[in-house]
Amino acid sequence: MLNRTAENVARATPEPLARKVRGISDKGLAWLFISPTILLLLAINIFPLFWAIYLSFTNYRANRPNEVVKNLGFANYQRILGDKDIWIAMQTTAHFVFWTILLQTLIGFTLAWLIDRKFRGHAFWTTLILVPMMLSPAVVGNFWRFLYEPQIGLFAYAISFVTRIPPTDIQMLSNVSLAPWSIIIVDTWMWTPYVMLICLAGLRSIPEYIYEAAEVDRASNWRQFWSITLPMALPFIMLAVLFRGIENFKMFDMVNLLTGGGPGSTTEVASITLKRQAFESWRTGYSSAFAIILFVAVFGLANIYVKALNKVKQR
Amino acid sequence: MKSSLKLAFGLTSAITASTAVSNVAHAEDLTLCWAAWDPANALVELSKDFTKETGIGMKFEFVPWTNYADRFLNELNSHGKLCDLIIGDSQWIGGAAENGHYVKLNDFFDKEKISMDDFVPATVVGYSEWPKNTPNYWALPAMGDVVGWTYRKDWFSKPELQKEFKEKYGWDLGPPTTFDQLKQVAEFFQKREIDGKTVYGASIYTERGSEGITMGAMDVLYSYGFQYENPKKPYEMEGFVNSDKSVKGLEFYKALYDCCTPPGASNSYMGEGVDAFKSGQVAMHMNFAFTWPGLQKDENVGGDKIGYFVNPKGPDGEQFAQLGGQGISVVSYSDKQEAALKYIKWFANKDVQAKWWSLGGYSCLNAVVKDPKFPASQPYAQTFLDSMAIVKDFWAEPSYAPLLQASQKRFHDYVVAGQGSAKDALDGLVKDWTQVFQDDGKM
Repeated sequence: MLNRTAENVARATPEPLARKVRGISDKGLAWLFISPTILLLLAINIFPLFWAIYLSFTNYRANRPNEVVKNLGFANYQRILGDKDIWIAMQTTAHFVFWTILLQTLIGFTLAWLIDRKFRGHAFWTTLILVPMMLSPAVVGNFWRFLYEPQIGLFAYAISFVTRIPPTDIQMLSNVSLAPWSIIIVDTWMWTPYVMLICLAGLRSIPEYIYEAAEVDRASNWRQFWSITLPMALPFIMLAVLFRGIENFKMFDMVNLLTGGGPGSTTEVASITLKRQAFESWRTGYSSAFAIILFVAVFGLANIYVKALNKVKQR
Repeated sequence: MKSSLKLAFGLTSAITASTAVSNVAHAEDLTLCWAAWDPANALVELSKDFTKETGIGMKFEFVPWTNYADRFLNELNSHGKLCDLIIGDSQWIGGAAENGHYVKLNDFFDKEKISMDDFVPATVVGYSEWPKNTPNYWALPAMGDVVGWTYRKDWFSKPELQKEFKEKYGWDLGPPTTFDQLKQVAEFFQKREIDGKTVYGASIYTERGSEGITMGAMDVLYSYGFQYENPKKPYEMEGFVNSDKSVKGLEFYKALYDCCTPPGASNSYMGEGVDAFKSGQVAMHMNFAFTWPGLQKDENVGGDKIGYFVNPKGPDGEQFAQLGGQGISVVSYSDKQEAALKYIKWFANKDVQAKWWSLGGYSCLNAVVKDPKFPASQPYAQTFLDSMAIVKDFWAEPSYAPLLQASQKRFHDYVVAGQGSAKDALDGLVKDWTQVFQDDGKM
């Protein structure tokens, strides 16, 4: 049937076109088919990247289209690397990435380990735990902003109930010391289920017979955990850390919705600084240089990490 | 096959014809771009008269304040044709003029005998001129606005509070005329129980993202003696922006924030201020005058319960207020400039301006605001007039955006986050602004 259809199509193809197609090799045909995708990728990924690299060496400002664009060499890069505020933003980002990853990995793995016990109703609890991850960050950011409200927020009242501190004194988003933690709490609440899911996949992939052999050798539960569970789940944990690390390095939505980078610049992570330079101050060249520096940093760190991950997997 | 062809041809013709007809019907429709707020609704109402008179339909593109600058500056920078008319913020005027976004209106004004002398002088300088104080006009003053204060008249008039206040501070509780008095009143009300509810002193601008804290802090700094530059040497800021008087002004703003604002008010601007006042949280409320008609009508806090006062004086008796408001301009990328100019001519008419005021817009036309009946026309009219007489505005340079971002950061870091001193913040601001002007080749 298929052959007959193919023959019909071949017969219906006009002779000049057929002659052209006959001359194309398999490799050529493959290129012909994937070329639209490649063109699309070039247009929306590669070209903007190279364009941003070009702009990073100029004084171009998107709100001054008529102004002469000057080549500044590495001046933008020099200014960024010598800018105290940029380094503060990078430190804020590092603080945020470190604590969110640490908390999400610890809690996520613990939850996965508990869920893996396959107790009664574990499927229900798994679904329930996954709910925050399924919500939109915009929704999460907005409702946590209300929860943190010192006058009407449930969070402040809950803390007040436990600590007896008046709720109006619990100003999570306005207090310089508490604001960074308010974001870490929300990110951990939202994304721990994701880490749990990956860890759970790792735990479920460990063959049962290894534990049976350990039982025969009379290895304690503690010994089984350190010698079997953790080493065999480690590549999965590392993968979760990689995904969350990349995601949190460029975190924007949650910070923007909860604190907008404030109070002052206390929670101004690198992506917020970048947005302010690019779309509020309209320093397009400068912000392109900053974006390239961030890209190289994330790309470089991720590569080093992937190499480490591969080594762990090969063990 | 033939019938299919006929059907396809028929459908295509019908679609083309209907599109053409609709294009003809709406060929002269004008699109006016502005912020989404109460005065915009009044303008929609007002513009129905323009359509009646000219047959030109009006469409409106209103964007919330938080996205207003981003959305429309992007539109102008990309030479978009969405807006035929735009009511752009006063600080945009320099950039819009120098980058060719707005049509210069001098010839049109001459031809139509529209004189800028007929408008409140501060609004002409603030909304229309670039370079400032030169007769180069890029907009018609459209919506006068200024930062002022509202207060809870009903709370202020409670005998027991009046007595207690007099005993404590030695003067009668009433609308403050100096910033020291304002702080005393705010302290007096802070965390006070009124009608079974805890209330707070004042709502002030602290917003970080767009322009909030700059508008609020400047509103105080001007009256303390802050100057943007050396009046004799443009762009020389050392000793003016960071003068001792400016430092005292900024310290006062921080003290006011620390002592007398509601809990969690660390990112508060126009909307949050209105919410705080309407919900009965605060005794006083700093905000632009455009919010006053809405508050006056409010069932819970409006009517006899609300009063208005002009921005108070500083320690040396100087008194200024932060200018708000906008002018209306014709976008140079519009294909309908003739019709857009017709709208501006119509809008400049005295009767239209009088109706504009009656609907809730703030007219800038002298004939309206200097009418003897004007002060009594609304409870807030006199305060508006007095405030408009003392206005100052932020930089309107083409680089206003980085200038604004620098002040937002420096002020918020100091006032809200408590980092460094007022002197550090203003020294840092001089450094940032100098860098911006050096990048522009102006220093």
